[in-house]
Amino acid sequence: MSFDQKTVQNISNLARINLDETAQAKFTSEIDGILEWVHQLQEVNVDQVEPLVSVSIQENAERSDVVSDGNIRDDLMKNAPESAHGFFVVPKMVE
Amino acid sequence: MTDLVELNVSEALDLLNKKEISAVELAKAHLAEMEKGRFLNAYITETPERALADAEASDKRRADGIARPLEGIAIANKDLYCTKGILTTAASKILSKFVPTYESTVSQKLIDAGTVMLGKVNTDQFAMGGSTMTSYFGVSKNPWADSNGEYTLVPGGSSGGSAAAVSAGLCMAATGTDTGGSIRQPASFCGVTGIKPTYGRCSRWGIVAFASSLDQAGPIARSVKDCALLLEQMAGYDPKDSTSVNKGVPNYVAALGKDIKGKKIGVPKEYLMEGINPDVKATWDKGIRLLKEAGAEIVEVSMPHTKYALPVYYIVACAEASSNLSRYDGVRFTTRVEGKTLDELYKNTRTDGFGDEVIRRILLGTFVLSAGFYDAYYIRAQRVRRLVYNDFKKVFDEVDALLTPAAPTPALSYEAMKNMSPVDVYLGDVFTTPASLAGVPALSLPVGVSKEGLPIGLQVIGKHFDEETVFQVADVLEKSAGFQLKPHRVKGA
Repeated sequence: MSFDQKTVQNISNLARINLDETAQAKFTSEIDGILEWVHQLQEVNVDQVEPLVSVSIQENAERSDVVSDGNIRDDLMKNAPESAHGFFVVPKMVE
Repeated sequence: MTDLVELNVSEALDLLNKKEISAVELAKAHLAEMEKGRFLNAYITETPERALADAEASDKRRADGIARPLEGIAIANKDLYCTKGILTTAASKILSKFVPTYESTVSQKLIDAGTVMLGKVNTDQFAMGGSTMTSYFGVSKNPWADSNGEYTLVPGGSSGGSAAAVSAGLCMAATGTDTGGSIRQPASFCGVTGIKPTYGRCSRWGIVAFASSLDQAGPIARSVKDCALLLEQMAGYDPKDSTSVNKGVPNYVAALGKDIKGKKIGVPKEYLMEGINPDVKATWDKGIRLLKEAGAEIVEVSMPHTKYALPVYYIVACAEASSNLSRYDGVRFTTRVEGKTLDELYKNTRTDGFGDEVIRRILLGTFVLSAGFYDAYYIRAQRVRRLVYNDFKKVFDEVDALLTPAAPTPALSYEAMKNMSPVDVYLGDVFTTPASLAGVPALSLPVGVSKEGLPIGLQVIGKHFDEETVFQVADVLEKSAGFQLKPHRVKGA
């Protein structure tokens, strides 16, 4: 499989990153090189092998359904580039 | 007069307890050394006022007879640990103004243990890299000079600022994080010791996330004992991290000083790879000989999926990173580049705020998770990850620990690394990623020296939650190797 410029345009849009022509060409060739190297995984027989999602041995823990924190609105907003009345402000989305 | 910046943590604790030195003296000596060592660019943020206030409080506690386990020890935190009220950048532009309103669990535990924080140290951007070259704040320099006496070498990474600072005496110990080798490889490059504990041993809460199924916190210090002292304070269950394991933390220092007669040490033949530096190979042979002389039984073992660990790692880690880094959208984390629509705002902010290596990994991660490629890349990688994991499970039925090199080469120069392709750079993680994928504990300590006089580390890998055997074996190796070299002390600027 080859990773072409059209793929990089689609992927960068999904990842919400702008790439100009030069950057598209650079990342296309670099990622194509990485995928070529990754291709060796195709030679491994993985029939009957379950995917390993996590190596944690901790079982899902449950806790009582009670409020354990809160009242930190001002803390949460402290790093917002723009906020008003305790809300994050973004450009107008609905006309 | 003892040179305070050359003391190990254990030595300093002894002198502090005997009242021969004070925490304030210790902090001041390190702050002065940090000033001289600024050309190394190990720190992103120095916190001298905080350090002196911490140190004064420490001296008072000791005088009041309520000293805690690491009371007065001067440390640095990797700039991936959120520190309340102190800039936390992940060495990125996008977080270059981020001041957390909370403290990470592990750095809080170190505060509670009595440590004094000197500042925040450099890393590769979002911990993505093996050199600190991807840092928005510039590369750190390895305090070990090249054969011409020039500081042209990288400290490794991503915890390169931590390793450089510990090695140069700009702190006594530092926190690091390790996703695919980010504690062990810089420890090897800088001639210091670092351990990535078992996945689940330390809480990840409040540490800027890179790849969540792999990220672990751990210490970098100047001896095995110091790492044991630090890890004991950093480890432990945290309800705020669902992967942190509810299991008691053993007394790691108690594992030291025990002989290893009859212990079975595995040497995986697949780690003898093409391209391994001859001095690294010689150091590995030396380590095997020393453990044998100490009474261990050396067993050659086979871990057939070793060579697939690296490509598996890059697929899994990039996939998780692309998901984790989606939160940096220009709405919540300080930096924003305006756009006419919300989507434009996201794109403009992210394009401006992420460096090339981060963008490369986000793109690769997005690709392997995208429709049509998910099964062929991501799911296949997770299947092969299980085979790598099974290799470890199988050998650990037979042996107590494994001994391997930590990195295929000694420290490289920036010039050499600048011209390498991404794949060639990734190959530097070949010996460290397998243990990361399996989640087992692994420690790197300096054992040998290259022809150019640079340190070379070896890696001791143990069973899940058996850091004690890792420390025990590493302690024997440290004593028998007698690695005494240090980089030249930093001269005044």
